[in-house]
Amino acid sequence: MKSILGTILLTLAIAAGFTATVTLPAHALVEIDINKGNVAPLPIAVTDFLSGDQTGAEISGIIAADLKRSGLFAPIDKAAFVEKVSNPDVAPRFEDWKVINAQALVTGRVTKQPDGRLRAEFRLWDTFAGQQLIGEQYFANPANMRRIGHIIADKIYERLTGEKGYFDTRVVFIDESGPKNKRVKRLAIMDQDGANLRYLSNGRALVLTPRFSPNRQEITYMSYESGQPQVYLLQIETGQRELVGNFPGMTFAPRFSPDGQRVIMSLLRNDGNSNIFTMDLRSRTTTRLTSDDSIDTSPSYSPDGKQITFTSDRGGGSGRSQIYVMNADGSNQHRISFGNGVYSTPVWSPRGDLIAFTKQTGGEFQIGVMHTDGSGERILTSAFQEEGPTWAPNGRVLMFFSRAAGAPGAKLHTIDLTGRNEQEIPTPHFASDPAWSPLLE
Amino acid sequence: MRRIAALTRSPIVIALVAGFALAGCASKHAPNSAADLGLAGSATPGSTQDFTVNVGDRIFFNTDSSSIRPDAQTTLTKQAQWLQRYPNYSITIEGHADERGTREYNLALGARRAAATRDFLASRGVPARRMKTISYGKERPVATCDAESCWSQNRRAVTVLNGAGS
Repeated sequence: MKSILGTILLTLAIAAGFTATVTLPAHALVEIDINKGNVAPLPIAVTDFLSGDQTGAEISGIIAADLKRSGLFAPIDKAAFVEKVSNPDVAPRFEDWKVINAQALVTGRVTKQPDGRLRAEFRLWDTFAGQQLIGEQYFANPANMRRIGHIIADKIYERLTGEKGYFDTRVVFIDESGPKNKRVKRLAIMDQDGANLRYLSNGRALVLTPRFSPNRQEITYMSYESGQPQVYLLQIETGQRELVGNFPGMTFAPRFSPDGQRVIMSLLRNDGNSNIFTMDLRSRTTTRLTSDDSIDTSPSYSPDGKQITFTSDRGGGSGRSQIYVMNADGSNQHRISFGNGVYSTPVWSPRGDLIAFTKQTGGEFQIGVMHTDGSGERILTSAFQEEGPTWAPNGRVLMFFSRAAGAPGAKLHTIDLTGRNEQEIPTPHFASDPAWSPLLE
Repeated sequence: MRRIAALTRSPIVIALVAGFALAGCASKHAPNSAADLGLAGSATPGSTQDFTVNVGDRIFFNTDSSSIRPDAQTTLTKQAQWLQRYPNYSITIEGHADERGTREYNLALGARRAAATRDFLASRGVPARRMKTISYGKERPVATCDAESCWSQNRRAVTVLNGAGS
């Protein structure tokens, strides 16, 4: 079986060999302050990489699309370019780029190596400072051409924003086809931009809530394939599947610990309530973390592994779910959501400082974030039906699934942490339950 | 224009007070079974059709609740009587939720509804060993409109007869 995530023949040869042909004072560099409230996207020119075929234009197209979708960059229409870059090894005519207000410029070249691999070189230029900001090269199997584009886009994003990128990533999700009362749900995986979609299940069994392992090689998810809904592990590369634990009742809402050694999930009790357990994947020992008479579900670890946020409807009366936080050993369980609404699906940010959630209020669904003590709640987006946020590995962008009233199914959306730049991710059918991978390298 | 800015890594904090009131979620009673629709009478006694048509195979719940409503108690009492009359059937109780909740929570809610249904049937004399439960959360709606008239039909527990027994 062909590898999906494995055997990435992408040798990173960071080229120290590229020399800046022009040097100017280092302080006068173009940068984006992405923490400002309203950032005008940075005009950037991404030229077609020189190549003997379409590859160069394809790579630059992938780079420009990634940067544009981030909302932080405004790639300039190639038709406006004045200079035609014919030799990426020499400095461009900066005046030609300044005149079209390109504050940053990307040039490059793709060549085929004798061993069949692609060699991609690129340079990022600050046109107003007249300075090279990055010069690097990569070697990769032609099958990984799109990944080269994403990796270069990540480098540009990181250099100009000061934040790690998130373009060289994948998303697992549930592909949904067929009518609403007879949905076929399949596990699927694709690049974060919707390319390279592959199915990981055949649709015969209902599958839900896939989540990536920190090692990017496996996912945990819930399946009805045995008749009893239970949590499974799936090796993406080999297709090997395995039941997580041998519990007497339904197991659901799985997620990996940050070290990948445990799966945390809910176990249904015989009385109809659900509590949170972990299973150590090596020793196979299980540990109960909650034991109250309520629904406790949707657990998510803090990135340091020391705390867990989860949904619970404990507290009586209303029967309405709220967000709680506890220590990783189950101690100090305390509620953090106190706004006017029903809260669920808390997910801890990879930076550790925020928890994203779904909130139901006023007859609609919202995606928001709050600090880990529950303060500073901010709603980023709202819709008739939307839920299930997942963080980009840099903690800047959230993906979730959303459906307008009357629409027959949900699609995947992304939104910036600022609440700006909501975008739909192209998928062939309806889609739900996205889970973002870590950076692939 | 160019920006030369020192980056701070702290997140933006924009306090946003959500001041919306909770939606009032009135529940309406959906038809309980084909019997309510005037289709009763033609089924063979003891058949699956008899159970579905003359007894009613499903009960309904209020929003975010697993309490057995008075109308559901009536249906379940009839189910229990029927199951005692035809002791060869085992049953699977499917718990379902409407779509106005998030996926994992609704899996738990459907499970709680199935358990509450099972416990009520047990209290009316159906042996626990004849009953299994499963939750489908909000994944198997029977009504698909974006309105309470559909959601109220989806918040349900369905008693499925497993074979004709032996």
